[in-house]
Amino acid sequence: MIQFNNVAKTFRKARVLDGISLNIGIGERVALIGSNGAGKTTLIRCLLGEYTFDGTVSINGLDPRGNRTAVLGKIGFVPQLPPPLKMPVGQLIEFSASLCGTDPQRIHAIAKRLGLDLEAILTRQFVRLSGGMKQKLLISIALGRDAQVLVMDEPAANLDPEARKIFFDLLAERLNDATMIISSHRLDEVSALVNRVIEMDMGKVVLDDKVADDVSLTGTVSCRILLKRFEPAFAKALDGWRIASVDDQQLEWQGEIAGPDRLRFLGIVSRYTALVADLSLAER
Amino acid sequence: MKQLWLTAKLDIVESLRARWFQIYTLVFGGIVALLFVFGLTESRVLGFIGLSRLLVTYIQLTMAILPIFVLITTVRSVAGDREAGVFEYLLSLPVSLSAWFWGKIVGRYIVVFAPVFLAMLGAVIWATIAGIEVPWDMFGYYTALLAVMAMCFLGIGMLISSVARSTDMAQGAAFMVWLVLLLFLDLILLGVMIQGKVAPEVAVTLALANPLQVFRTAALALFDPQLIVLGPSAYVILDLFGAAGYKVFALAYPAALGLLSATAGYLLFRRGDLP
Repeated sequence: MIQFNNVAKTFRKARVLDGISLNIGIGERVALIGSNGAGKTTLIRCLLGEYTFDGTVSINGLDPRGNRTAVLGKIGFVPQLPPPLKMPVGQLIEFSASLCGTDPQRIHAIAKRLGLDLEAILTRQFVRLSGGMKQKLLISIALGRDAQVLVMDEPAANLDPEARKIFFDLLAERLNDATMIISSHRLDEVSALVNRVIEMDMGKVVLDDKVADDVSLTGTVSCRILLKRFEPAFAKALDGWRIASVDDQQLEWQGEIAGPDRLRFLGIVSRYTALVADLSLAER
Repeated sequence: MKQLWLTAKLDIVESLRARWFQIYTLVFGGIVALLFVFGLTESRVLGFIGLSRLLVTYIQLTMAILPIFVLITTVRSVAGDREAGVFEYLLSLPVSLSAWFWGKIVGRYIVVFAPVFLAMLGAVIWATIAGIEVPWDMFGYYTALLAVMAMCFLGIGMLISSVARSTDMAQGAAFMVWLVLLLFLDLILLGVMIQGKVAPEVAVTLALANPLQVFRTAALALFDPQLIVLGPSAYVILDLFGAAGYKVFALAYPAALGLLSATAGYLLFRRGDLP
């Protein structure tokens, strides 16, 4: 479906992509990982037809630069950094929906599921929204149409755990009809979402591996944590994950987290390892 | 076509919210209001009274303000969006590059031309209500002149905007272009002619390549058809074009220059990296 054939990109004298060749098939969920400057964003921009480059990129046999409308009509894109658009939210939705040939109500519906009430912010400038609201809106625009390819650059970075859970549900609904490329500089952020990992470094692919696909995007995990002593900072972090204390001394905490979020959650818990007397996670 | 209008609408809405547009509108609306307040319609200069006097003054002021205003605000268009990171997202949507680029031009053109024209139209409406005679021929030609002036500098602005990789560079280049055009109005050309290094025909041709000079001469020609105030240059111009021919040239040349510049800008924009 997506083919990169010996793609190279040079900015002045810096070679940012160095002969990338990849085949990504229908239904694959690819984590594109690598440190800053590895070439992930450049590769994505080549895929979107935004950069000129040596080599070829094709989606369903079409060059994204030469067939922009046809190719980009099938791609839903969520950028890492929201653009500083001064236009009102309503106009952005109308503009995107008209170009993509979709019903704006689909975008509204997805935003609502993500906890974003668009009606209240339709006249507000996009640039004046909070980071989380921007991210939710861009995700809604990307998912609110029949995209065959979803390209997402750190899509869940600004989402709270509850919105991330819904985001995973939304992705799960598209598993059978969309190819996903999810870029991140950390594998733990996206590992549970994908079935293939491509790691880039210095403009080259240094790892291309299939990964176990056992984690359900819609599943949840029951969590129980026993603390040695109460710590306000940790309590606040757990509260953010909707894990609640069940005793008066606030030493025992219980709740549920999204299945694909378990590694991210453990990352948060690891900061307070010395406080944890007991920890259990059980798939439901 | 739908993509082009969507992009144009986007640019119009963004411009209407921008501070530069509010100042721009205020300037041109303010000029007309001030000309009325100071009783210019009652004054008589070079035989011009009433609204024709006001229109002559208005177009002279517009020629001084509009080019630099259009250049400085337009060059921010492509270069500014690129620099701010707007392109990465908006150009990931299924819009063709031609629809995007020309849509921005159409939107910006409407926004740039509308206040200038509406201010003049407002003067005409007010004159009609006040019973002042309206010189419709002059109004029509000045409208056309303002339309091509906006087109010319918009095209040049879009070309600079496509070439420059940053807003600062684009604004600097726009200012330099305006300065060069301004200097070639009189100072440099006069110097060249005084030194006697070039034939007067060459100097006049150089002057006529300058759209600012073309507009100035065309505006003068309306109340001075023999271009007496230009001195000997008038012979070259009138021999070359004739009075009516020059009026056509003054519309066709800047319009062509604007369109060519915009087309060159589009080709450069399409050829390179977008974000």
